[in-house]
Amino acid sequence: MSISIEQRRQHRLMTIEKSLAKRHRKENAFRRMGLMAVITGMTLVAILFVSILMRGVPAFWQATFYTDVYFDPDIIQLEPKPERESGESQFAFDERYSQWLTRAGLVNWQTLIDNALEEALGEEVEPRQLRDLRALVTSGERYALRDRFVEDPSLLGQTIELKMLASANVDVWIKGNIDRDLPDARQQLSAQTREWADRLEEQGVIRNAFSTSLFLNTDSRSSLASAGLAGAFMGSLFMMVVVIALSVPLGVSSAIYLEEFAPKNRLTDLIEININNLAAVPSIVFGLLGASIFIGYLRLPLSAPLVGGLVLTLMTLPTIIIATRASLRSIPPSIRQAALGIGASRVQTVFHHVLPLALPGILTGSILGVAQALGETAPLLLIGMNAFVANVPGTPLEQSTALPVQIYLWQGNELRNFFEARTSAAIIVLLGLMLSLNALAIWLRKKFETRW
Amino acid sequence: MNIPAQPMATSSVSVGNGESRVSKAKDKVKMNAQDVKVFYGDAQAINGIDLDIYENEVLAFIGPSGCGKSTFLRCLNRMNDTIDICRVEGKITLDNNDIYAPDRDVVLLRAQVGIVFQKPNPFPKSIYENIAYGPRLHGLARRKAELDDIVESSLRRAGLWEEVKDRLDKPGTGLSGGQQQRLCIARTVAVSPDIILMDEPCSALDPIATAKVEQLIDELSESYTIVMVTHNMQQAARVADRTAFFHMGDLVEVDSTDQIFTNPQDQRTHDYITGRFG
Repeated sequence: MSISIEQRRQHRLMTIEKSLAKRHRKENAFRRMGLMAVITGMTLVAILFVSILMRGVPAFWQATFYTDVYFDPDIIQLEPKPERESGESQFAFDERYSQWLTRAGLVNWQTLIDNALEEALGEEVEPRQLRDLRALVTSGERYALRDRFVEDPSLLGQTIELKMLASANVDVWIKGNIDRDLPDARQQLSAQTREWADRLEEQGVIRNAFSTSLFLNTDSRSSLASAGLAGAFMGSLFMMVVVIALSVPLGVSSAIYLEEFAPKNRLTDLIEININNLAAVPSIVFGLLGASIFIGYLRLPLSAPLVGGLVLTLMTLPTIIIATRASLRSIPPSIRQAALGIGASRVQTVFHHVLPLALPGILTGSILGVAQALGETAPLLLIGMNAFVANVPGTPLEQSTALPVQIYLWQGNELRNFFEARTSAAIIVLLGLMLSLNALAIWLRKKFETRW
Repeated sequence: MNIPAQPMATSSVSVGNGESRVSKAKDKVKMNAQDVKVFYGDAQAINGIDLDIYENEVLAFIGPSGCGKSTFLRCLNRMNDTIDICRVEGKITLDNNDIYAPDRDVVLLRAQVGIVFQKPNPFPKSIYENIAYGPRLHGLARRKAELDDIVESSLRRAGLWEEVKDRLDKPGTGLSGGQQQRLCIARTVAVSPDIILMDEPCSALDPIATAKVEQLIDELSESYTIVMVTHNMQQAARVADRTAFFHMGDLVEVDSTDQIFTNPQDQRTHDYITGRFG
């Protein structure tokens, strides 16, 4: 009898042990699968980041000429910059000044650069080679020279060392982003220009310098080497201001109302379903909506950050509402009951207790929504923000582009071997901005987090 | 009707030694319920209850789970309002005023009828702020010193002052379970209600903390009317003047605690207190 009980005990233990082995196998398999998934994800992210950084980081440095430029009075044949005389009206002075500016614009500034390069090369350049010479420095520099002189006319007759951006093609050649063994016919630069570029680099005239133009200039089509992100950056900034100013208060207050005050009935159910569906609507549809309502019906200007901001607000609202509601719902009901129980009204309960506790979640949701809006491209294409704009917008109503759209535009530029790096650099700027926003979200979360 | 609480003729009050309380002489009706019915959607939870609650008594609701005692308790300060599908019929009065009257301000009602919940639920704020919130909300203290006084006296009444006086700025959620519950009682007391409702205040506490809360209820009954729900029949026997037995949405029997436990009139009460079901 006792043997049989002992046998049964043994049998039971063996059964459990057998099932244990199976359970452990399953657990291990699941753990390995999870680990694999994480490793795969991390690897892909790492590949993405490494490839973007490898392409983009060199674009932050650009081939730049360090040459002495002689502000030759024989070329700059200009009377002194007008000063306002006593008794002269403002209007008369402005008139005189603008005439002077016009004449300053007519000066052949390019000749100054040509002469400086001749000096650096130490050889006389024949007129037929002028084309090759002028391919070295980017075309925007002559205007920079003019602006510098207008700013400070005392430069006349002086020689100063100036930094001038090399043209995009020279940058490509120097950095080795083009196959040097290609036949002449397929090279972007003439044999003469290439030879000069190599010689000047050897002499130390052409150096790699940090590219301030990437941050300070707007997009450019005539002077590709100095194309920058300033316009797109300001455009994105204006849009974010509009998005934050509209979507956060609207989204958070509608979420509070729906979650805490609205009666639960069919209408609110319908609203809830609609909000959830809106979050899943492709962003380009919001672009169409914005184009027809804000531009077609309300006659707001095309390509304006205000319109972009409004469209992105519509797109961000559902995200913020859903995040806020989830955050409010996660506050234990006991807190609400405690406040109501000692006689707080519903509004007081929400604003004194529920909202402060939900704040970290609300902030995180809002910032992630805004970050998503920052990276959005498709709806902006439909409201004309993919236009070429060479100005930094001063107000949200001026024409502008946006960072992601600028990336899209540069990515499609025909000068591939220059703009590939430029695009990656722009992506790094955008990613940097997003990472800072996310870091802010995490910091706010930590700061306001309360345990209960 | 703000007659200050009189230390009434209270004969020997003994707590925790199994002996039941000796009833105080009470005759003034503080709250009255007439044919109260409660529905959750279509399901009826309370089938028409009539009950008088006397001033300065400790009234215990006992009964098996789901009998409607907590639901009825929550009707007394309209906490059921927060549940969308809950509907209350009948009439409940406080000092002869209908608390479900359309012009009745529920905020004022809850300042008069405070509630302590089953699970301690201090605010995730400092101990001081937990107590000060109610008085500040209702404008009961005009100056900081007044507020300090209210905080101290409330904590003293809840028997918590000595334990927390040096850490009033520490979070209330950092206290032990029993201390948290006494903090919640102090928070309720700070608003100076007439009636304190307690919904199984000791069910989440260990025996020592329970004994402290029971002693506290006894002391508070000098100045407040206390209505408590309890699962623990010994607790009802220890602290209540009168006991009401609920069963399946009905108020089966209400009488002095002695009477209920020694000589119940209804068979169901008898079966319950002798442990046949529940």
